[in-house]
Amino acid sequence: MYTQALDIPQKDADERGPRAVESPAYEAEFNARIDAGEFIEPKDWMPEKYRKTLIRQISQHAHSEIVGMLPEGNWITRAPSLKRKAILLAKVQDEGGHGLYLYAAAETLGVSRDELYEALLSGKAKYSSIFNYPTLNWADIGVIGWLVDGAAIMNQIPLCKCSYGPYARAMIRVCKEESFHQRQGYDALLQMMKGTAGQREMVQDAVNRWWWPSIMMFGPHDKDSIHVESARWGIKRISNDDLRQKFVDATVKQAEVLGVTLPDPDLKWNAERGHYDFGAIDWDEFWSVVKGDGQCNVDRIAARRKAWDDGAWVREAALAFAEKQAAREKVAA
Amino acid sequence: MASKQEHTEYVLRIGDNALILGQRLSEWCGHAPVLEEDMALANMALDLIGQARMLLTHAGQLEGAGRDEDQLAFLRTEAHYRNLTLCELPNEDFARTVVRNFLFSSFQVLLWARLSGSTDAELAAIAAKSLKEARYHQQHAGDWVIRLGDGTAESHRRSQVALDYLWPYTAELFAPAPSDDKVVAAGIGPAWPSLEADWEAQVVPVLNEATLTVPARTPFKSFGKFGRHSEHMGHLLATMQIMQRTYPGARW
Repeated sequence: MYTQALDIPQKDADERGPRAVESPAYEAEFNARIDAGEFIEPKDWMPEKYRKTLIRQISQHAHSEIVGMLPEGNWITRAPSLKRKAILLAKVQDEGGHGLYLYAAAETLGVSRDELYEALLSGKAKYSSIFNYPTLNWADIGVIGWLVDGAAIMNQIPLCKCSYGPYARAMIRVCKEESFHQRQGYDALLQMMKGTAGQREMVQDAVNRWWWPSIMMFGPHDKDSIHVESARWGIKRISNDDLRQKFVDATVKQAEVLGVTLPDPDLKWNAERGHYDFGAIDWDEFWSVVKGDGQCNVDRIAARRKAWDDGAWVREAALAFAEKQAAREKVAA
Repeated sequence: MASKQEHTEYVLRIGDNALILGQRLSEWCGHAPVLEEDMALANMALDLIGQARMLLTHAGQLEGAGRDEDQLAFLRTEAHYRNLTLCELPNEDFARTVVRNFLFSSFQVLLWARLSGSTDAELAAIAAKSLKEARYHQQHAGDWVIRLGDGTAESHRRSQVALDYLWPYTAELFAPAPSDDKVVAAGIGPAWPSLEADWEAQVVPVLNEATLTVPARTPFKSFGKFGRHSEHMGHLLATMQIMQRTYPGARW
């Protein structure tokens, strides 16, 4: 998954890592390469702010992947069939893999995975707010695939062409897997909608809870969102509102096929615009979840923190063993 | 000649091991000590659930009563599960998890190798595919057992505690099951006691390299493979079965 088209500044911007020499000549050359649509690679000169923006965005994306394992992981042990259990396990494993590629992409910018991880656990770094909503019934797993992964794909496809090579290449693979997840989620919902009244009720309940948070994933309206530099640098290629509209237009028809009602009385086709109109987004809710007051913000970080703390002795042991091995090899040699 | 029931039960013993340990390992997802292990444990859980699907489907066909993999996985009562008690014990910590994976996957490697020559062609095909997976699980868990056993004082202590706890349950792996005699005679699969010497030959050197003390055998006995489980099993099943029990007859 899952970018959130919102660039949230970290409380104390990271001042470490290799510092670029700022030079107008280099910058002009850099801008020319961006304009020519070339990829910027790790060894290339880049403006310091470009590097920091990317570290922040890629690490927020990586954190979103691994925090995103939790709400879905919540249902693995209760999956209703062995086939669905296997699909969900594979999906959550993919999210972990996306986290790994993305941490590796961020590391090419001169920052370590441990530093990034510490920023997540201390609350300095953010992750996609969508994962601060709870998964309350089995249909949530299908709806996350359909809507949340669907929104993530809309956000992420433009990133496959973003200017930073390692990020763009990671996103190509991530998007392929995400689109598979989206189809699996939709398929699970189709099966449930063909089933019993109890199953259909679960699907509608899940759609009611996830619809608005999903369209919030595209971030604030363009008029309230400043992405001038990201757009200039080829990191942000399509605006939040354009992506959101594209998502709504694609999703309404899918909801009809599924037979669910999207919980927005203002949702209707506007022939003049050639798009669906939709109701006002509750930005108070969005910002309160971003700022830490969502239902699961505390639990999500507590779960990641517990896994990290409980695993400390394992990581120490692995390190101690590696050192012993190295010492033994030295003696043997 | 083995009866349909005896043949089915033998396959269920193997399938239920994979199902129940797969369920246990999947509890780790998102909670492992490092991201790489989150992925590795989920991957092994996925392999085991995959094995369980093939084996339970096969058992259902042998039984001939129209039960599919899900009916067998989710709708039996506790006493009808035939897994080893070892597989249902709680994960506790990463040490117990990898020590158990090592003890169990070493058993699976030997079992799959023998079953790949089974007179039951379907079982032989499943075994050939699963052997590759079990070898990887054994390698992964064995590496961790050595790393933790020979790591820090704390990791050594935890690994020894885990081994001392789990070891008595390994006696059940090799306990004879008289109801399997005809299955063995028909060349469907090995007799359980026949795997013990090879298992010890694979397991003990790794435990020694890990600087762990191999516990002595005690009179302790467990009986999961005969349907008499530990107190942990009911809770595992309550979680695993909840959707099928709450929505009877629904298709997913």
